[in-house]
Amino acid sequence: MNVVESMRIALRSLSANKLRSGLTMLGIIIGVMAVVAMLSIGQGAQAAITSQIDSIGTNLLFIRPGATQQGGVRSAEGSAATLTMEDAQALASVQNVVAVAPEVDSFAQVAYLGNNANARVIGVTPDYPDTLNASVADGDFVSSSNVTANSAVVDLGAQVAQTLFNGNEPVGQSIRINGQTFRVIGVMQSKGGTGANNTDNQIYVPITTAMSRLSRGGQFRGSNTVSVINVKITDPSAQDQVVQDISQILDQRHHVAQDDFTVQSQQDILNTANQVTGTLTIFLGGIAAISLIVGGIGIMNIMLVSVTERTREIGIRKAIGARKRDILAQFLTEATFLSLSGGLIGIAFGALVAQLISGVQLGTSTLNTVVAPSSVILAVVFSAGVGLFFGSYPANRAASLHPIEALRYE
Amino acid sequence: MDTVIELKDIKKLYRMGDIEVPALNGVSIQVARGEMVAITGPSGSGKSTLMNIIGCLDTPTEGTYILDGVNVSQMSDDEQAMIRNKKIGFVFQQFNLLPRTPAIDQVELPMVYAGATDRRARAQEALQKVGLGDRLHHRPNELSGGQQQRVAIARALVNNPSIILADEPTGNLDSKSGAEIMQIFHSLNRERGLTIVLVTHDPSIASQAQRVIRVRDGQVVPSSDNYVGSPDLALSLPQRSEAELPG
Repeated sequence: MNVVESMRIALRSLSANKLRSGLTMLGIIIGVMAVVAMLSIGQGAQAAITSQIDSIGTNLLFIRPGATQQGGVRSAEGSAATLTMEDAQALASVQNVVAVAPEVDSFAQVAYLGNNANARVIGVTPDYPDTLNASVADGDFVSSSNVTANSAVVDLGAQVAQTLFNGNEPVGQSIRINGQTFRVIGVMQSKGGTGANNTDNQIYVPITTAMSRLSRGGQFRGSNTVSVINVKITDPSAQDQVVQDISQILDQRHHVAQDDFTVQSQQDILNTANQVTGTLTIFLGGIAAISLIVGGIGIMNIMLVSVTERTREIGIRKAIGARKRDILAQFLTEATFLSLSGGLIGIAFGALVAQLISGVQLGTSTLNTVVAPSSVILAVVFSAGVGLFFGSYPANRAASLHPIEALRYE
Repeated sequence: MDTVIELKDIKKLYRMGDIEVPALNGVSIQVARGEMVAITGPSGSGKSTLMNIIGCLDTPTEGTYILDGVNVSQMSDDEQAMIRNKKIGFVFQQFNLLPRTPAIDQVELPMVYAGATDRRARAQEALQKVGLGDRLHHRPNELSGGQQQRVAIARALVNNPSIILADEPTGNLDSKSGAEIMQIFHSLNRERGLTIVLVTHDPSIASQAQRVIRVRDGQVVPSSDNYVGSPDLALSLPQRSEAELPG
């Protein structure tokens, strides 16, 4: 008996009990729909984070000061003030380093006329845009003469510009940062991003200005320590060697045996992010898979009922020459047909759900969903597998019925 | 003599707890090709067990069963299924048609399991032979009892079996339909030389066979009553019926 014949027989007996077949299929439809929709959320989050990190570049290293240790108590990473402007300059000579951009971070309230915004203030050097893939949309970026002169000039992130100026031209205007007047010299290109990674909510001032005029957490005004040194390297494969060279230079400069700083690469961050979102995806998919398994048990249940109901039919088929494998194939085809067609419908509904929930606002971030081909394939394979797995016990039971007893069954 | 069914000292024991109950206790039967025999006996005589063994639905505990030259005594389930498919046509008291299935598909089914080609044409032909050429797409619930039994006969015939095994074929029919069904068996036996084994407890059906095999207490009753005519007549019958075939 071939597959076409099995399909025909399966279709006939399934259509004989349309409501029952439909309800059984519904279990799988909901299960697959849940899996596809959940995976689309997880993969959407992953895609969003990855593209955000990629927009800055994966060939970046971040060097942060280490932690201070006082009386055996270790404080937060970055709390030690060990990295200086001179360290940054020294790193520029390392092989495979393209650009070095030290920065000084703080938060401040910025105001223009009646409009206020809380922004991350970054003290930068002119190398900053090249290093971090940032660019100016309007006006100029902080120049080296600005840095030398401690100028009170500022470049605004796209969102800050929008908040303060509401569509009016910001360049040339004066804003107040923590009460001090700064002249706006440029507006940055928007890069998108969410939450703490939102680069559009940053403003940029010359690093020397940030050191001398703006207070920052834990540091004295006027100190020449930096918060982070951003290093752009030629390509990620050179990373290990560069990290080693940087460590050597900094250890030498700081006269320490043990590193008093940490080097983190964009690749590390990407890996960590992928790990987190991967776990999230598996977690969401796993929860949804439970409903798929419940659907599978539904199939098994109905198939067992069906085998009992059709005992006589099985007896007739065996009497006229059906072998064990013919009966097995018939019931397996039936179960797999139920689960597979349920799976395909479930994928369609899952994609629809993903489409519907895409763009929903969750707090400050937007929910993005991506229905990846891999999750569609996974859903198809999984639903077919569910049919085969949960159909095999009832099918086996049908195939092992003794023809005489089956014929006698009322 | 061309023997189709040869049972030699068949024994069948059923185990009930610790006791073994013999259902058949040394049955030996021969049926010649083209013969129409009846197997009768009271309930509990072992008649059904004998039918199951002849129909390859069950295997004997002891003894040899040779069907159409093949020893089928100790076959596996699947081998038995193949034998049933190719060599035996079943006709049951309850018709045993598949529910909700058109007549033509019922008749095609044995050929599906045989992997045969041109199934539709052959099924149509078989249905026409039993006078149902105009009922090809009717489902069992749209057919009368007699018509259903004729579908079953067409299904039994379609793989050109060595024997037709009919278990109380008229038991669920009124006398008129029953007579029609018996008429079909007679003409199949006479015109096509088909071997027909009727299992029945109805004396009027049994008397229509050329030979009656009586079973009692798991054994064949060894009396001359076994034969409607003389033993010689029973053996000579196949030759006669073959001689009567037109082709």
